Amino acid sequence: MAASSAGASRGSILRTGRWDATWLLWIAIIAILLILVVSPFVYLVLTSFQAEKTGDFTLSNYATAYGRARYIDALFNSLQLGAGAAILAGVFAIPLAWGVARTDMPGRGFTRMLVLATFITPPYTGAVAWILLAGPNAGWLNRFYMFATGAEAGPFNIYSFTGLVVVIALYSFPYIFIFTTAALELVSSEMEDAANILGAGTWRTMRRVTLPLALPAILGGLIICFLEAIALFASPAMIAIPARFNVVTTQLFQFFGNPVRVEVAAAYAMPLLGVTVLLILVQRLITSRKGFATLTGKGGERRPIRLGPWRWVVFGYAMLVATLSVFLPYVFLVQSSLAKAWGRGFSFDNLTLRNFNFVLFEHATAAQSVINSFLYAAAAATAAVLITLGIAYIVTRRLVPFAEVLGFLCVAPFVIPGVVLAIGFYAAYAPPPLSLYGTALILILAFTTRFLPIGYVNASAALRSLNPEMEEAVRVLGGSRVMALRRVVAPLLKRSLLGAWLLIFIPATRELSSAIFLYGPNTKVASVMIFDMSEEGNFEYLSALALILQLLTLPLLWIGQRALGRDFMLRRTST
Amino acid sequence: MSKLVLKNVSRRYGTFEAVADFSLELQKGEFVSLLGPSGCGKTTTLRMIAGFAPPSTGTIEMDGQQISAPSGVVPPERRRMSMIFQSYAIWPNMTVGENVGFGLQVRKMSRAEIDRRVDAILDVVQMRNLKGRYPSELSGGQQQRVALARAIVVEPEVLLLDEPLSNLDANLREEMRFEIRRLHDEFKITTVYVTHDQSEAMVTSDRIVVMNKGRIEQVDAPHVLYGRPRSRFVAGFIGRTNFLEGMRNGGDVRFDGFTAPSGAVEGANGTGELLYSLRPQAVGLSGQKPTGPGLAVEAEITDRAYLGEYWDYQARPLGGAKPIRVSTAPTSVFEVGSHVWLEIDPAAMVRVE
Repeated sequence: MAASSAGASRGSILRTGRWDATWLLWIAIIAILLILVVSPFVYLVLTSFQAEKTGDFTLSNYATAYGRARYIDALFNSLQLGAGAAILAGVFAIPLAWGVARTDMPGRGFTRMLVLATFITPPYTGAVAWILLAGPNAGWLNRFYMFATGAEAGPFNIYSFTGLVVVIALYSFPYIFIFTTAALELVSSEMEDAANILGAGTWRTMRRVTLPLALPAILGGLIICFLEAIALFASPAMIAIPARFNVVTTQLFQFFGNPVRVEVAAAYAMPLLGVTVLLILVQRLITSRKGFATLTGKGGERRPIRLGPWRWVVFGYAMLVATLSVFLPYVFLVQSSLAKAWGRGFSFDNLTLRNFNFVLFEHATAAQSVINSFLYAAAAATAAVLITLGIAYIVTRRLVPFAEVLGFLCVAPFVIPGVVLAIGFYAAYAPPPLSLYGTALILILAFTTRFLPIGYVNASAALRSLNPEMEEAVRVLGGSRVMALRRVVAPLLKRSLLGAWLLIFIPATRELSSAIFLYGPNTKVASVMIFDMSEEGNFEYLSALALILQLLTLPLLWIGQRALGRDFMLRRTST
Repeated sequence: MSKLVLKNVSRRYGTFEAVADFSLELQKGEFVSLLGPSGCGKTTTLRMIAGFAPPSTGTIEMDGQQISAPSGVVPPERRRMSMIFQSYAIWPNMTVGENVGFGLQVRKMSRAEIDRRVDAILDVVQMRNLKGRYPSELSGGQQQRVALARAIVVEPEVLLLDEPLSNLDANLREEMRFEIRRLHDEFKITTVYVTHDQSEAMVTSDRIVVMNKGRIEQVDAPHVLYGRPRSRFVAGFIGRTNFLEGMRNGGDVRFDGFTAPSGAVEGANGTGELLYSLRPQAVGLSGQKPTGPGLAVEAEITDRAYLGEYWDYQARPLGGAKPIRVSTAPTSVFEVGSHVWLEIDPAAMVRVE
C-alpha cells in the first residue's frame, strides 16, 4: 500500500512537470501566431471601420472606397481579368499536362523543364519582357510585323486589357499544369483499358474517363490561377496603369499613395479577401470529393498513350507555349540587358556590359536591394520552417488540446492575397508604439506569414510520413522526447525541411505584392527595385537586374533538385 | 511476487471504451499473449503497459511499484521496458549496429562494452555480418531480427511486442514465431505479446488472454483454451468448431438430429437452451456403425473439401437440419450423398456461454 501511494505521488509530480513545459510552448506558439496571423487580420478588419485620425467607429471608409464608379469598375475589371487569365492559362496548360503526363509526346522532360522555367520567372519580369515584345510601335513583335508586311503600325499592344490577360496567363499556367499532371499521373492505364475493352476508342476514353477523373484537379488549378491573377500587383501596375484602367490591386496601391489612406484601403480590400476565401473553399470542396481526386494511388501501371504522328502536333503546341513564355521573353531580356539602348536592336556596336556593371556596382541601391531580398527571404524561410515544424509536430502528435486550431492558423494566410496581408501588417505594426514601417523586421514578418502555409503543408506532410513508432522506440529504450527529436526526427526530416526552406526562399526573393506596401528607403528589395526601374523606363538596367535575380536562383534550384528530385518545385508547391 | 500487475484497468476515448476492467498478473519470466480480433483493445492495453497512454481507471504495477494510474504515469523512458513495434520502427538513419546499440548508449555504457554486447546479441539473431548495413538494405525478416536484438540487448524488465510478425510473409512468420519463443527461453524476459493470429499466440505463449470488445474473455494455457473454451467467442476464435444447441428434455439433452443422456454431457443439469462447442477433430466418421463408447449418429455427407492435411466434411445427422463439420485423415474418403456414421464423444462437448 505504501509502495502504491509513493508511486502515485511520483506519477502526479511527473505529470505536473510535463504540463508546465507544454504550457510554455503553448504560450510561445500562440504568441507567434498572434503576431504573424491573427493581429494583422484583426487590424485589417478593425481599421476598415475606424476614422482616420480619431479611431472612432465609422462606415465612411466603405462609403469612400465604393463611392466612385471607377473604384467599382476596378473590382469588375479584376474579376474579368481573373476569369480571362484563368481560362487562357487552362488553354495553355491542359494540353501540355496531358501530353507530358499521359502520351508518348517527344521532349516531355524538356517541356517540364520549360514549365519550370516559366514558373520561376516572376510575373513582373515576364511583364517587362512582354513590354519589350509587344509595346506599341517599338515592341519587337510589332517591328517584325512591320518589317515583314511593310505596314505602318504593328497589331500588338501590350497596354490593353487583352495584353494584361495574356501576360498573366503566360506566367500562371504552371499552376494548372502542376495540378493536372499530378491528377493525370494517378489515373492508371487499367481504368483506360477498362473503357477500351468495353468498346471505347482513344478519344472517347479520354473524354469520358481520363478527363473527368482529372477534372476536379483542373478546376482547382483554374481557381488558383484566377486568385493569382486578381491578387497580382506588378503586372497590372506595369500594364494596366499605362493602359488607363485599374484593377483592385492597383487601386489599392493608389489608396496607399500620398497621403496613405490605410483605412480606405482596408475597406477596399474586403471583396478581394472575400472572393479568395470563398473560392479556396470551393477549390477544397472540389478537389477533396471522395472517389475523384483520391483515385487509386499506386495500383496499376501507366503506359503512355501512343499518338502516332499527332505526337508532333502536341509537341509543336508545347513549344509554341514555351516560345511565348520562355524563349522570346528571355531572348529579348538578354538583348536588352546587353544593349546600350534596347531599341537599337542586335548589332555589335550596341553591345555592352555597362548595365550589369551599373546595377551591381554603381547604382546607389540596386545591389543592396538584391542583398536585402536574399537576407529577408532567408530569415523568413528559416523562421517559417521552424515555426511550422514545431506546430506540425504538436498537431500531428496531438501534444496539446485544440492543436488543429494552430494548424488552421498556419494555413490561413493562404487565403490572404499579398497586398491585403501587407495592408493588415501596415495597420497592425506601422503605428506607434511599434512603428515598424520601413524596417527590415516588418518585411521579414510579412514574408514569414505569407509563406507559412507552404512551410506547414510540407512540414506536416513530412511528419505524417514519419511513423510515430520511430519516436516511441526511442522512448521505450530510455531516450527522452528531445532525444527522439534530435537523433531520429531531425535527421530523417533533413531533406524535406531543406525542400520546404527552398520552396519558401525562392518565391520570397521575388515577393513584390506585400513588399511594395511595407518597404522603406533602406529596406528596398530587388522586386521593388525592378518595379521602380520599370516606372522610370530604364529597361536595360531593369533587364540586367532581373537576369541577375534569375541567375542567383539557379544554384538553389540545383540544390533542391539534388536533394529532392528533379520535379521538386513543380510537385510540392501544389498545396 | 508477480512481475507485472494490471488492476481493473480501463481506457476510454470519449464515450468509447477501448479497454474495460482489465485485470491480469504476470509472473516473472512468463510469456503472455493478448489475442483478439482487431479493435478488441489489445494494442491499447499494451500501450498502457508501455506508458504511452494513461489508464482511465485502474492501476498498473511493476515489481510492486505503481507505474500507471489515472492521476499520472511513469513515462515510457523510465520504465526499463522495451518494445517491438508493428512497423519495427528501425531508424533508417542509423546502421544495424547503431540501432541495436542505441539503448545501451542511452544507458551511458562505455564504447567497448556497447560493442561487445551488440556483437553478442547480433550473433544470437544471426545478423552479425550485417552490422554495418542500413535498414533500407535489409529484408523484412532481417529488419525484424534487428528489432528483436535492439529490444533484448538492453535486458528489459518487460518486453512488449505489438503484432511484430504481421508484416512478414507466411513462411517467415512461421519461422519467426519459433525464433521469438527461442529467444524467450534463452533470456527469460517477462513478455507481453499482442497478436490477432491464434497460431502465433499458441506457439509462443505460456498463457493466452483472449480479448473481445475491450474485455477479457478467457485467460488460460493454449491447450486449455482450445480444449475447454468457456465462451462462444473463444471457441469460435481459437480454431474451428461446431456449435450445437441443446434442449434439456427429461433425462436427455436433445440436439439437432441426435440425443445425449444428460448425465454424459457437461453442465446439462441446467434448464432451457444449452450451447456446446464440438471440435471437428473430436468427431469420428465411418461407413459402419461404430462400436465405441460414444454416441453413434447416422448422417449424410452434404459437402466436402480436401485440404491435403485433412478432409473437411459436412455431415448432416438424419432427422437434423444443420450439418456438423468433421475433420478426418486424408485417407478416409466418402462421397457427397453417402450415408455414414458419426461417433460423438459426449465428454468432448464443451458447454460454452
